Amino acid sequence: MSVALRILDDGAWLSVNDQRRVSVSELWRVNAPGFCECELVDFLAEGFTEVTAADNEVAIETYGQCIRCGVSGVPGHLPVGAIIQGRYRDYDRENVVLSPVGRADQP
Amino acid sequence: MPSDVEKWKSEVYGNEIREHLFRFAEEGWDSIPEDETDAWLERFKWWGLYHQRNGQESYFMMRIGTPNGVLEPGQTEVVAELAREYATGPASNPEFGEAYVDWTTRQSIQLHWLKLEDIPEIFAKMEAVGLSSQQACGDSWRNIVGNPMAGKAPEFVDALPVIQELNERFKGNEDHSNLPRKWKVSVTGSANGSGQGDINDMAFEPAYKEIAGEEVRGFNVRVGGGLSRNEPRLARSLDVFARPERVADVAGGISALFREYGDREDRYNARIKFLVDEWGTEKFRRILQEEFVDFELEPAGTDLREQYTYNAGGDKAGDLVGVHEQRDGNYFVGLNVLVGRMGASDTAELAQLADEYGSGEIRISQRQNVIITDVPEERLDDLLDEELLNQYSPDPHPFMRGSVACTGTEFCSLSIVETKNRQVRYARWLKENVELPESVEDFHIHLSGCTASCAQPQIADISLRGMKTRKNGEAVEALDIGLGGGLGENPQFAKWVGQRVPADEVPGAIKNLINTFADNRTDGESFREFIARHEEDELSEFIEPEETSYDDPMMHNTKLTWYPYAEEDSMDASPAPTDADGNPLEESTPADD
Ligand code: HEM
Ligand code: SF4
Ligand SMILES: [Zn+2]
Repeated sequence: MSVALRILDDGAWLSVNDQRRVSVSELWRVNAPGFCECELVDFLAEGFTEVTAADNEVAIETYGQCIRCGVSGVPGHLPVGAIIQGRYRDYDRENVVLSPVGRADQP
Repeated sequence: MPSDVEKWKSEVYGNEIREHLFRFAEEGWDSIPEDETDAWLERFKWWGLYHQRNGQESYFMMRIGTPNGVLEPGQTEVVAELAREYATGPASNPEFGEAYVDWTTRQSIQLHWLKLEDIPEIFAKMEAVGLSSQQACGDSWRNIVGNPMAGKAPEFVDALPVIQELNERFKGNEDHSNLPRKWKVSVTGSANGSGQGDINDMAFEPAYKEIAGEEVRGFNVRVGGGLSRNEPRLARSLDVFARPERVADVAGGISALFREYGDREDRYNARIKFLVDEWGTEKFRRILQEEFVDFELEPAGTDLREQYTYNAGGDKAGDLVGVHEQRDGNYFVGLNVLVGRMGASDTAELAQLADEYGSGEIRISQRQNVIITDVPEERLDDLLDEELLNQYSPDPHPFMRGSVACTGTEFCSLSIVETKNRQVRYARWLKENVELPESVEDFHIHLSGCTASCAQPQIADISLRGMKTRKNGEAVEALDIGLGGGLGENPQFAKWVGQRVPADEVPGAIKNLINTFADNRTDGESFREFIARHEEDELSEFIEPEETSYDDPMMHNTKLTWYPYAEEDSMDASPAPTDADGNPLEESTPADD
């Protein structure tokens, strides 16, 4: 079964099969040493620019800011959930550390 | 590859969306096929309907486009009735109650918590008095803005007939209904700059020109202004003059150019400001001349920009609040609506006062205020004594008068922080606790919940924009602070010099900043001039965030609630989606956890 993944409303949220799943304004802890000087990026998601899926993992290219040091930018494609047997499951994004995944090319 | 949105638009878009909208309304929210929800909700925008943010599924915001902000006699009472009857949701707002009307920064009206099932009835009531939400959102000609008093206050050239002609020609026009992106137009005829042309995609501004020995009055044309996405741009002169009778053809040519050359692959790059960046105005003008108009474009005339007083940084408030004389000897009375929100019963009362003292007409300004027009001089005193004017004052305190705020986390999916209620609390606290230096009557503080900039923060004295920070380890709502923005002859965007100030320390920061200004300003110096003569690092130091007696009840992540002011505010407590009567529906696909 194919899964429809799209970013809508000017990058405000991720839709998976026509359901809103991830919204901007979430705070994530991101392991992206090149992004800023902080040990972990304390990342405010401000806008989504692209969604990709590889090996059932859904990742969003996200623009945002480290609210600890103020560096803004795109730390890469951040994994937000997975598709398991055709159904999308959110990662527990409030409590895990997200690591950017290599650019997956085909959604 | 064209985006999904472009694909949906190529299948069904424009006027024809209406029949589908009505069919879904008839059959209920549930009848929208599960795998077509995104597509239909995107299309509904063209008819002025935005699906509210997560946690509020099946509820809609509706925007009514009122060209140039003119509400004709009889229309305001219908707006009040619609708000009372349909704009109530499962929870109420602690400041504004159960049912309210938002007057917006683009002279439109927004109602919230509407049910899809009520839309046909709502449209029927609107259409019976000539109101419409057609193209109020979506990728087409949005509500046309201008000086709200066009046709009545002094004007160099008459703008209202031009606006009406544009509205008639381009609303519902198949050739212009599917553009690459939203299309915002301003037409101003007065010499005060109150149409805010500089921040629109296309602006017509008053100008004159000697042609065959005669002075001809008309408009200079600018393109490519806008504030959104951290990429603010001022509209740039196209070196084109349009006589009033030619405006529609010039405008149609530019809109067609945008339709053909705007970026449909990447919605982020689609606004015309980016095309103007890429091409420059000379090429833009050349392509317009060669491909989109069949007459010779005239070079720009002499503009009146040096006369602009509206938000121009001077002492006098150029905002049309208060009592002013019209061309015909009657008066208009501009009322301050704090953050643009008015309860349904107050709106009904406003309509009634307009009938009783004026012609029944109301006008909406780009500062979220309303204006009662056509009041004879001998009726002014009685009108000014009316109780409603205690709350919506024609002579407000500068902090009340200068407050503008967008929708924020209450309803909007892009938002980062809570906005309208916060700005109400800010304004009240500042009024009680901060002294503005002598002669400063006009002081603008605009709060936007995200970088889309609907509250137009970049053109305020103090710009506030939603952010987050940590305070004692806790994530809290915060604001970036910008300074010194404004319009006028030489418009200026705010400089962002304060980062991630916790929302409860912002009033203290403003207080300290204003004290620094009072202590260090030169004689009669305006706030904008004061900011302009300081470097950014100096300005950063002027912002000293501080906890004060101000208390902020919305410091937690209000976007993670289903409604920030609900007693039980967690996402799980949301009743949405609901049926026509507001009863919770079973979710088709249960949320996982
Ligand atoms: C229920 C949801 C929403 C609410 C309540 C809301 C509220 C508002 C308000 C009050 C305005 C200014 C008034 C006007 O244009 O007449 C506005 C404009 C705007 N909205 Fe929204 N909005 C919502 C959804 C969205 C979405 C989904 C987007 C993005 C696709 C968006 C992006 C914008 C932008 C970019 C502007 C104007 C800024 C500019 O380009 O100059 N809004 N909105
Ligand atoms: S500025 Fe952002 S938060 Fe505020 S209404 Fe506009 S899109 Fe929503
Ligand atoms: Zn950092």
